Amino acid sequence: MNLLETKDLTISFGGLTAVANVNLNLKKGELAGLIGPNGAGKTTIFNLLTGVYRPTSGDIRFENKSIVGLKPYQITQRAIARTFQNIRLFNELSVLDNIRIAYHWHSNYSVLSSILRLGAFHKGEKEIRKRSEKLLEIFNLSRYRDEKACNLPYGEQRRLEIARALAAKPKLLLLDEPAAGMNPQETRDLMDLINWVRQEFNLTILLIEHDMTLVMGICEHIYVLDYGQVIAEGKPEDIRNNERVIEAYLGRGGER
Amino acid sequence: MAGFLQQLINGLSLGSIYALIALGYTMVYGIILLINFAHGDILMVGAYIAFYAVVYLKLNIWWAFIIAMAGSSLLGIIIERVAYKPLRNAPRLAALITAIGMSLFLENGGLMVLGSNLRSYPRGLIENNNLTISLLGLDVTVTTLQLLILLITIAMMIFLQYIVRYTKTGKAMRAVSYDKDAARLMGINVDNTISFTFAIGSAFASVAGILLGLYYNTIQPLMGLMPGLKAFVAAVIGGIGSIPGAMVGGFALGIFETMVAGYWSSKLRDPIVFLLLILILLIKPAGLLGKNDTEKV
Amino acid sequence: MKKMRISKKNLIALAGALAIYFLVSGLLSLGMISKFQEINLMLLGINIILAVSLNLIVGVTGQLALGHAGFMAIGAYVSAIFTMYLDKPFLLAIILGALAAALAGIIIGLPTLRLKGDYLAIATLGFGEIIRGITINIDYIGGAAGMIGIPRQTNWPYLFVMVVFTIVVIVNFLNSTHGRACVAIRENEIAAETMGINTTYYKVLAFAMGAFFAGIGGALYAHYFYLIQPTTFTFLRSFDILVMVVLGGLGSMTGSIIAAAGITIVNAALQDLAVLRMVIYAVLLIVVMVFRPQGLMGTKEFTLNRWVKKRGEVSESAGN
Repeated sequence: MNLLETKDLTISFGGLTAVANVNLNLKKGELAGLIGPNGAGKTTIFNLLTGVYRPTSGDIRFENKSIVGLKPYQITQRAIARTFQNIRLFNELSVLDNIRIAYHWHSNYSVLSSILRLGAFHKGEKEIRKRSEKLLEIFNLSRYRDEKACNLPYGEQRRLEIARALAAKPKLLLLDEPAAGMNPQETRDLMDLINWVRQEFNLTILLIEHDMTLVMGICEHIYVLDYGQVIAEGKPEDIRNNERVIEAYLGRGGER
Repeated sequence: MAGFLQQLINGLSLGSIYALIALGYTMVYGIILLINFAHGDILMVGAYIAFYAVVYLKLNIWWAFIIAMAGSSLLGIIIERVAYKPLRNAPRLAALITAIGMSLFLENGGLMVLGSNLRSYPRGLIENNNLTISLLGLDVTVTTLQLLILLITIAMMIFLQYIVRYTKTGKAMRAVSYDKDAARLMGINVDNTISFTFAIGSAFASVAGILLGLYYNTIQPLMGLMPGLKAFVAAVIGGIGSIPGAMVGGFALGIFETMVAGYWSSKLRDPIVFLLLILILLIKPAGLLGKNDTEKV
Repeated sequence: MKKMRISKKNLIALAGALAIYFLVSGLLSLGMISKFQEINLMLLGINIILAVSLNLIVGVTGQLALGHAGFMAIGAYVSAIFTMYLDKPFLLAIILGALAAALAGIIIGLPTLRLKGDYLAIATLGFGEIIRGITINIDYIGGAAGMIGIPRQTNWPYLFVMVVFTIVVIVNFLNSTHGRACVAIRENEIAAETMGINTTYYKVLAFAMGAFFAGIGGALYAHYFYLIQPTTFTFLRSFDILVMVVLGGLGSMTGSIIAAAGITIVNAALQDLAVLRMVIYAVLLIVVMVFRPQGLMGTKEFTLNRWVKKRGEVSESAGN
C-alpha cells in the first residue's frame, strides 16, 4: 500500500512552473530519495507536501486521503514531519524545550487546566517530559538538555532537528538535505542514524540530498528532478547509469 | 459641485504634504525594512529649524527651507548611525522598538527644549492671497500657499525620480534595497547609501514640516505625530517600499480625508483613516503599487 | 514527593503575597500611607497588570502590538457604564469590562494577526486610535469630555486580588504546553507551524488574554480616578506600557513586574519633571535595545526555585 501519493502535482509562481506533473509513490516503510540539480524544485515539493504552498493543480494523498488545502500544522497532525534545508530550530530555547514543543499537539490538557493547575496538567506535563527526555537519550543529546539550541555544534543541531521532527510522532519523515555541511565521517554517522530511526520508529522517509554517497547508499528508490519534472526514477543502480540523469547533472557532451 | 472641487483642491494640498512625508517612510523601509517612527518628528525639527532661521537669523523663507533641509538631513543621518545601524542584524522587533524610542526622544526632547507652546511663522513670510479661478465653469478659491505646496511637492518628486533613476547614488540605493550583500560585493558602500537615503527622506520631511507649519499656521513639538502616522498610512496604501506608491498614496489619503471631514464628520476623520489602513492591510497588504513577497522556506 | 514539592514552593509564594497584603493593609489603616503614595500604589498595581498582560502578547508570543491602551479603554468604559449608569456591582463590571476587551481582542486579532511584525504594529496602533475615535463620537459615554463621576470603588483589596489573579493566570499559562506553543511562535513561526502548532489559534488566544487583563487594568483605573477621557488612552499610553515590558525583558514576567513597579516609583519621584522623565525613558529604551536587546532580565525569571537552590536547601531536580 502506498503511504503517500502525488498525482500530477503542479505549482506555478506567476508564469514559472516550478513543479510540473510530479507523481511520487511512497510505499509504507520505504526510504526514498529526491535528487536533482539546484533549482530543480525539490524543496518546493517538500513545501507542497507540508502545506506551505498550495498546488496549482494535482493531488496529494496521504494514507489515501487528500491533504491538499490543509494548513501546515494540520498536515503535521496527520503525521508528516519535516526538517529544513537551513536549520530552523528554536534557537534561544533549550534543547529540551525544542523537543517538548514538538510534543505539543500530543498533549491533551486544556488551557483551563494549565491555568488552574488541575491534575490533567501535571499528568500531561510529566508525560511530555518523560517522552522528551527519552528521545534526547536515544539521540545522545541528553548532555545538552539545558543548553540553548543555537549553542550546539552544527552536526548536533541537525540531529536535534531530526529528533524534534520525530517528537511529532510522524509516519512520514521528510528530510531536506540532512547532510548539508557535514564532513564524510559525520555523513556516515548520519546514514546509520537515518537507517536506525527508520527501523526504530517504523518510518517512511523521503529525503532531499546532494551527497550521492548518502543517497546511493541508503535510498531504495530515487526520483530525479530537473526543471520541475521527474526525469527518471528507480533503484540507485538504474539511476547511476541513466543517460538523462547524467545529462541533467553534467550537460550534454557535444554542447561544450 | 463647486463645493466638491473646493474639497478636492484642499485635499490635494494636504495630500501633497502627506506624499512628501510618505516618501521618506517608504525609502527608508525599502532600504532597511524599518518603519522609522521618528520620521514624523524629524519633520517637526525641520519646521523649528526654519522657524529659528526666519525669526532669529532674519533669513527669508527660501534660505529657511535650505537650512532646515540640511539640518534635518544631518539629524536623519545621526539617528540612523547611532540608533538603527547597530541593530541592522538584530530582530525586527528590537529595531522597531528603538524607532519608537527615538520618536519619544525627539518629541519629549522637543517639549523640553522648545516648550509646549504653539508658535507660528511670522506673517507675510510668504505672500498668501486668495485666487479665484474657474474650473469647469465653476468658481473655486485657491490660495497661493496651496499652489506653492503643490508646486514644491511636484518639483521635489521630479527631483527624487531623477536621483533614483539616473544618478549613481540612486542606482546604489536600488541595489542596496534589493540585496545588501550583493551590493556590497559590487563595491557599493552600503553604509553611505543608507545614510544618503535617510538624508533625502529627512530633507523631504523637513520641507513637509515647514509647509505644514505654513498651512496650519502653527508649529509645536508634537506636530509631527499625527501627520507622521497619516503619512505612514499613505505609504502603506500606495505600497510600502514603492516611491510612486507613496506619491499616489499621499494624494489619495489627503483627498479621502478631506472628503470624509467635509461631507461626513470631522470627528470621524481619524478613526476612518485608520479603519481604511486596517482594511488595506487585510485586503491588499502590498498596497496599490507594492509588490507581494513571501518569506522563503 | 511531587505534591510536597509543589506545595512547598507555592507556600513560600503565598506567604510572601499575604505578608505584602497585610503589611500594606496595616499601613493604610494606620494612616501611614499618604494620599499621594496611595495614588501611586494604585498606579503601580494597574501598571503591573498592564505590563504583564502586554508581555504575554509582545514578549512571549512575539507579536508587536501597539494597541494596549485601546483594550484598556474598552475595559474602563464598559465597566464604568455598568457601575455608573446601570448600578451593577463593581466585580461584575470588572469582569464584563475585561470580557468586552477580550472580545475586541479576538475581533481585531483574527484578521490582523496574519500580518507580520511592523504591519501588525501599525494595524494595532490604528486599532487603538479607532477605539479612541469611537469614544469621542459616542455621546452616551460623554464624547470628548469623557465620563466624570465614576464611583471610586477600586481599593487595596480589589487591586491586590486582581494583580495576583493576573500574574497567577499568565504565569501558569506560560509554564504549560500552551505557553510553550506561544514561545515557539516567537522563536520561529514557520518551524512552530510545522511542529503541529496552530499558530493563528495561539496568537489570537494570547491577544485575547492580554486584552482581557488590560480590560481589568482599565476598569480598576476608571474606578479609582473618577474620570476617564478619550485622551487618557492614546497610543502614548500604549508606548508607556511597552517601555515597561521592554525594559523588564521581553518574555520575563518578573522583569515586567519589576520594571512596572520601578517606573511607577520613578514617575512619582519625578512627577514635576514629566517631560525630562520621558526623555530619560526614551534614551533608556534605545540604549537597552542597542546594548541589551533582550531587556534587563532577558527572558529569565526570578524564581523561588533558583533562590532556594542557591541556598542549597533544596536539591530537587524538577525532573524527578
